[in-house]
Amino acid sequence: MELVNPGLGLIFWMTLAFGIVFFILKKFAWPSIIQALKDREQHIEEALQAAERAHEEMKKMQLDNEALLKKAKEERDVIMADARKLREKMLDESRSKANEEADRIVENAKVRIDNERKAAMTEIKNEIAKISIDIAEKIVREKMQSTEAQKDYINKLIKESPLN
Amino acid sequence: MAIIKGKKSSSILIYFVVLLLVGFTHFSGFAQNDEGIPQISEEAQDEMEEADLNAGEIIIGHIVDSYEWHIADWGHTHLSIPLPVILYDQGEWHFFMSSKFHHGKDAYKGFEIAKEGMLKGKIVRQDAEGNVVQPIDLSLTKNSFALLITSTIVVLLFLGVAKTYRRRQRKAPKGFQSLIEPIIVFIRDEVARPAIGNKHYERFLPYLLTVFFFIFINNLLGLIPFFPFGANITGNIAVTGVLALFTFFITTFSGNKNYYAHIFNTPGVPWWLKIPVPLMPIIELVGVFTKPFVLMVRLFANITAGHIIILGFISLIFVFGQASIYAGYGMSIISISLSIFINFLELLVAFIQAYVFTLLSAIYFGMAVEEHH
Repeated sequence: MELVNPGLGLIFWMTLAFGIVFFILKKFAWPSIIQALKDREQHIEEALQAAERAHEEMKKMQLDNEALLKKAKEERDVIMADARKLREKMLDESRSKANEEADRIVENAKVRIDNERKAAMTEIKNEIAKISIDIAEKIVREKMQSTEAQKDYINKLIKESPLN
Repeated sequence: MAIIKGKKSSSILIYFVVLLLVGFTHFSGFAQNDEGIPQISEEAQDEMEEADLNAGEIIIGHIVDSYEWHIADWGHTHLSIPLPVILYDQGEWHFFMSSKFHHGKDAYKGFEIAKEGMLKGKIVRQDAEGNVVQPIDLSLTKNSFALLITSTIVVLLFLGVAKTYRRRQRKAPKGFQSLIEPIIVFIRDEVARPAIGNKHYERFLPYLLTVFFFIFINNLLGLIPFFPFGANITGNIAVTGVLALFTFFITTFSGNKNYYAHIFNTPGVPWWLKIPVPLMPIIELVGVFTKPFVLMVRLFANITAGHIIILGFISLIFVFGQASIYAGYGMSIISISLSIFINFLELLVAFIQAYVFTLLSAIYFGMAVEEHH
C-alpha cells in the first residue's frame, strides 16, 4: 500500500521542481537549441545543394573544355598543315629564285668575259699592227741608208710615174 | 550529516563493500535500508537480527520515499541525512528535522511515522478520540530532496548545451552537445513530428524534450547507488503522477473542437449508443482519464520493478547467508552477476520508459490537435 500511496509533499515538490525545470528550459534552453538545429540543417541542406550545383557546373565546364580542346587541336592541325604547305611553297620559290639568280649571274659573267676577251683581242691586234709598222719602218730605214739605193729607188719611182 | 547509533544487521555492510569491489552496482546501496520507516519494534528488530531477514520489507523500504536519507550502516551506527519536515496541522505550521523521530522510533510534537495501515510510512497524529489523522505534509522527503538535486542537474546541463548551441552556430556538435543532439533530433523527428503532425509539433516540442530528458536522467541517476543519487524518483507514483498530470492538462487545454466532438459525439457510432444512454461518451470520457493514469502506472511500475529485481537478487545473498555463510558467499557470485545483467537491462529500460512516456504524450497531443478528416 505504501508503494502506491502518493505523498502530498512529494506531489507538491515534484510539481514545483518539474514546473520550474520546464519553465526555465522552455524559456532559455529549447528555443535556441531547436533554432540552432534548424539553422544548421538548413545550412547543410543549402551547402549540399550548392555543392551539387557546383558539381553539375564543373561537369558542364569539363565538357566545354573538352570540346574546346578538341576544337583547338583541330585548329592546330589545320594551322600546322597550312604552315607546312607554306613552308614548302616558300622553299620552292626560294629555290627557283636562287636558280634564276645563279643563271643570271652566270650569264652576266659570260657576257663580261666575252667583252673582255674582245677588248683584249682588239688591243692585241693594235699592238701587233704597231709592232709590224715599227719593224717595217726599221727594215725600210736599214734599206734606204745608202744614197745610191735612195737614187735608184727614186729613179725607179720616177720611171714608173705617169709623167712620162 | 548525523551519525546515529542504532541497531541493524551488520553483515549488510560487508556485502556493501563486496559490491563496491565488484565495482558496478545499481541498487541504492543495500545498507540504505528501511530505517527511516521502521515497521517493527525494537524487540522485533533484535529478533530479526538473529532470526529471519525480511527481504520484502527491506526491498520496499528501499523503494519508497522516506523522511531521512539513509546512506549506510556500520555496525550499529547509522549514517543518514535528516531532512526537513514541514507540516500544516490545525492552522499551524510545524518545521523540524526528521532526526527528531529517531528513525521513526519516537514521536515528536504528537506526530509520528505510521507503522501500519493505509498511511504506513507517512507522518500521522492521533486526535482526541484516538483516530489517526494525517496533517498536510509538505516535508522535503528523500525523493523531494533528490528531485531538487536532479532538477538542478537537468537545468544546468541543458542551459549549458543551449549556450554551446548559441556559441557554435552552424558548426558540428561538440562535447556533451554531440551526445544529446541525436536524442533531441530523435525526439523531434521520430516522436513529435509523426505523432503530432508537421503543423503543430513545434508547439509541444519543448514539453516533450523536457519530459523525456527529465525522466531519462532521473532514471539513470536512480541507477547510481550512491548519495546524492539513487533515490527511486521515477519509480515513485507521486512523481510519475505529476508528470502524467502535466501531459493530461496540456492535452486537455490544447484540445480543439474535433477532439471534444470526438469525445462527446463520437462520429461513426450508431445514435442509440449515445442517446438515451450516453454509453460512448462515457467510454470516451473514461478514456481521457485512463490515458494519463496508464502513463503514471507504466513508468512507476517499470522503474520500481527493475529496482525490486535487483534488490531481490541482493537480498538472496543474505537469505542464503542466514542458512550458511558459505551459501551466502556462493550466492553472492550468482546474485552479483545477475544484478549486473539486470543493471544493463535497466539502462535500456531507462531509455525505453522515457521514450514511451514521451511518445504516448506526443500521441495524446496529436489526438488533441488533430484536424478534421
